[in-house]
Amino acid sequence: MSLLQLQGVSKKFGQVVVAEEINFELGVGDALGIVGPNGAGKTSLFAIISGDIPADAGEVIFDGRTITHLSPAKRARAGIGRTYQVPRPFEKMTVFENTLLAAQQGGRSHGHKSYVLAYGALERTGLADFANASAGSMTLLRRKRLELARALATDPQVVLLDEIAGGLTDLEVVELTDIIRALRSDGIAVVWIEHVVRALLSTVDRLLCLASGVIVADGEPKEVLASDAVRSLYLGSKRVEEVL
Amino acid sequence: MTVSNSANELVSLDVRRSNHSEWFTSSGALALIIFLSVAPWIVPAEFAATLMNFYILVIMATMWNLLAGYAGMVSIGQQAFVGLGAYATLYFALKGVNPFVTIPLAAVVCGLLAVPITYLLLRLRGGYFAIATWVVADTALLVIGTIALLGGGTGRSVPGLQNLTPTQTAHYSYLAAWAVALIVVAGTYFLLRSRLGLVLASIRDNEVAARSAGVNVRAARRTIFIVAAAGCGAAGAVLAISQPFIQPSSVFSLQWAAEMLFVSMIGGLGTIEGPIIGAIIFFALQQFLQQDGVWYLIIFGTLAVVIALWQPRGIWGTFRDRFHVDLLPVGYHVRRRSNIVEEVPVVEE
Repeated sequence: MSLLQLQGVSKKFGQVVVAEEINFELGVGDALGIVGPNGAGKTSLFAIISGDIPADAGEVIFDGRTITHLSPAKRARAGIGRTYQVPRPFEKMTVFENTLLAAQQGGRSHGHKSYVLAYGALERTGLADFANASAGSMTLLRRKRLELARALATDPQVVLLDEIAGGLTDLEVVELTDIIRALRSDGIAVVWIEHVVRALLSTVDRLLCLASGVIVADGEPKEVLASDAVRSLYLGSKRVEEVL
Repeated sequence: MTVSNSANELVSLDVRRSNHSEWFTSSGALALIIFLSVAPWIVPAEFAATLMNFYILVIMATMWNLLAGYAGMVSIGQQAFVGLGAYATLYFALKGVNPFVTIPLAAVVCGLLAVPITYLLLRLRGGYFAIATWVVADTALLVIGTIALLGGGTGRSVPGLQNLTPTQTAHYSYLAAWAVALIVVAGTYFLLRSRLGLVLASIRDNEVAARSAGVNVRAARRTIFIVAAAGCGAAGAVLAISQPFIQPSSVFSLQWAAEMLFVSMIGGLGTIEGPIIGAIIFFALQQFLQQDGVWYLIIFGTLAVVIALWQPRGIWGTFRDRFHVDLLPVGYHVRRRSNIVEEVPVVEE
């Protein structure tokens, strides 16, 4: 059964096309990687799915219901969790309060259940020891984990990860991919934008390549990376139109 | 105090709302509450009158702080609801309702009037929002000024108080102001401890992240605007009772917004204690410098500028951050409990 479906989604900012006729489907528990050069429209695609920016055309369907015109908050409550490329912690709140908010609002939980959900998200991401520390005092790795923890605390069916491994050391990346792989076994679908391709390949079973708002390749990760379209994009020798 | 909320086979959690004993603060607060409840029979009449005006300012500043310090809505038009509250009291008193009973009615009226206003104001942000609140206040002033029943532009006195002796009036108005202040401050405290408190904190820290964590930002702002309108309405009602005569130009005066703003800023925006401490400083300065005419305003303005530039968290905010004390804690402190009780260390980096 398809969990998330995009049908003919388009978005322009003035003359800049960030999404053009995007179509894809994601099944329950799937793990999809998204690669593409800078400015390809990867983050914009997340913003369209999570509701931060409205699509000009097309439909976003989640869990059998059209969510194209829903607010980001309603989408979070419906089961879409997202992280931001540059972490956006609630700095003056504690780490636990960060996830508690997500558990109570996005996760629609109350009382003790919200505590368990919030603390569980911290345990899954290895942040439980910092539960009572201020979120503003966290290092980059922990801020990235906190982004993930907050998304998980909303009790999502899918998490959208935006370059969550960027800027981390190799060891930190390995720790993070372990956490993300564990989500899959809990049945949470993952859509992951990443430049650290090695981390992606160890986790996803499908890869999608975006360029100038168009899907240029979609399929088995190794095949996608080996495809002429993706190779020439990353070698930078050809324009997208020629690649297509 | 050990409150345990744990009852789960997977995770056993101990969540507390403060990291120190609340016994000391609660017993101190109780003593203060009892003293202030009997104060008009103990302290000199003028001092009781000053305390009453202090309570009115505390109510207004607490509401303004909720708006600006917690929900990020800087209003310079809260006098709209002070005035409307005062006139609601006048209206109900003219209809034969006991003036003291009109206080909750005035709060409800202002809360209801705020609902349609939010649909206009919440489309605006920052400075545009602030200016629009002022427009609302001036509109309310002009509309009230045209109603002959309410005394038009010249005003009218609240009926129903004439059969009380001056002492009785003073005592009852004191108690009314005190009760409303207590309800407003305690209500604000419980509101900030609730789910909505966490929501407000998240919006203050990062609105975009709050939305994607499931927070309905517009609804939270609307709720706070309505609560603040009701609170300022109650303050206006108390004001109407405490004054012999109410007039549009005085109850709708921009001076109220200025006082709310200064007091919250000096005491500490975004803290419950801040507006109270700011109001104490405001009244202390007023008492000391009264004989020097307008000097207290000049000194107060200078103080506000100095604090805005060098101590933007205000007096209480700075004090709290330095000494890690919270008289009215609203946060969460979590510990995991297993068979061997292990403490979660607070890691400061």
